[in-house]
Amino acid sequence: MNWVWFHRFGSPPYFYSVAGRIVPWLAWPATLLIIAGLYGGLVLAPPDYQQSDAARIMYVHVPAAYVGLMAYVVMAMAAAIGLVWRLKVSHAVAAACAPIGASFTAVCLVTGMLWGQPMWGTWWAWDPRLVSMLVLLFFFLGYLALRGAIDDTSRADRASAVLAVVGVVNVPIVHFSVIWWNSLHQGPSLLRKGGPAMPASMWVPLVLMIFGFTFYFYAVMLMRARAEVMRRERGGQWVRELLNTTGDKP
Amino acid sequence: MNSYWAMSGYAAYVWPSVGLTLALLAANVWWARQLSREAKAEARRRIATQEAS
Repeated sequence: MNWVWFHRFGSPPYFYSVAGRIVPWLAWPATLLIIAGLYGGLVLAPPDYQQSDAARIMYVHVPAAYVGLMAYVVMAMAAAIGLVWRLKVSHAVAAACAPIGASFTAVCLVTGMLWGQPMWGTWWAWDPRLVSMLVLLFFFLGYLALRGAIDDTSRADRASAVLAVVGVVNVPIVHFSVIWWNSLHQGPSLLRKGGPAMPASMWVPLVLMIFGFTFYFYAVMLMRARAEVMRRERGGQWVRELLNTTGDKP
Repeated sequence: MNSYWAMSGYAAYVWPSVGLTLALLAANVWWARQLSREAKAEARRRIATQEAS
């Protein structure tokens, strides 16, 4: 196996150019999948037999939760790679994940409240799933606060990377919280033994939304990572050449 | 059609959830573009000062 292709991503100009070419190929599938998923979930899918139309909140709540968790895992992996191999590009990717992950986790919590109020009779409960998701949000915010508090970029990279890696223990806790403890939150209803706990007309739109949000996450993350790489390399020769020769739009 | 938007009485919970999520998607794209514009503007400023000196 030849790993040279992988090492090239450590080069800022190479990363900047390849990521820029990949973004549209993620953004278009994301747009189409999200439109199809929303139409399928909000219009075509039948109302739930217990929760009626309130169950449609699932089509935004579950993908938001998924992106929050995925963003954390990607952030922690990128941070670990950055720590071990001292790759600046990798730290830029980790830094790009955090604000996206934090915003999706916050929206997951708010849509969960909007779902909890009519179904459980409460906006919030100190329940294992809800608390572990809140802890996920605090890890993102802590990561961002730590980065913001250290002026020197490479020191900020290393300190925040340690926090990101430590916090990854919370991810399996979020996932298994509904199985390990008695939770108010329902258990997994998509990836479970015996197949999805709903008909295809309900789970297909959900899967479209999850894939759409995944493509969306990688598109926006790469856009942010490119900006972060450019910010760090602003004095570099390749940035000068890029901005002078291509007339790259501002 | 009105009965559709009423979401069998859960409109006040369903539509804010959908609206918030769409706002989240739009905001993250805008935010990323803004960062890119700022990074390029900053790099251009630095190039201009280097060339002036």
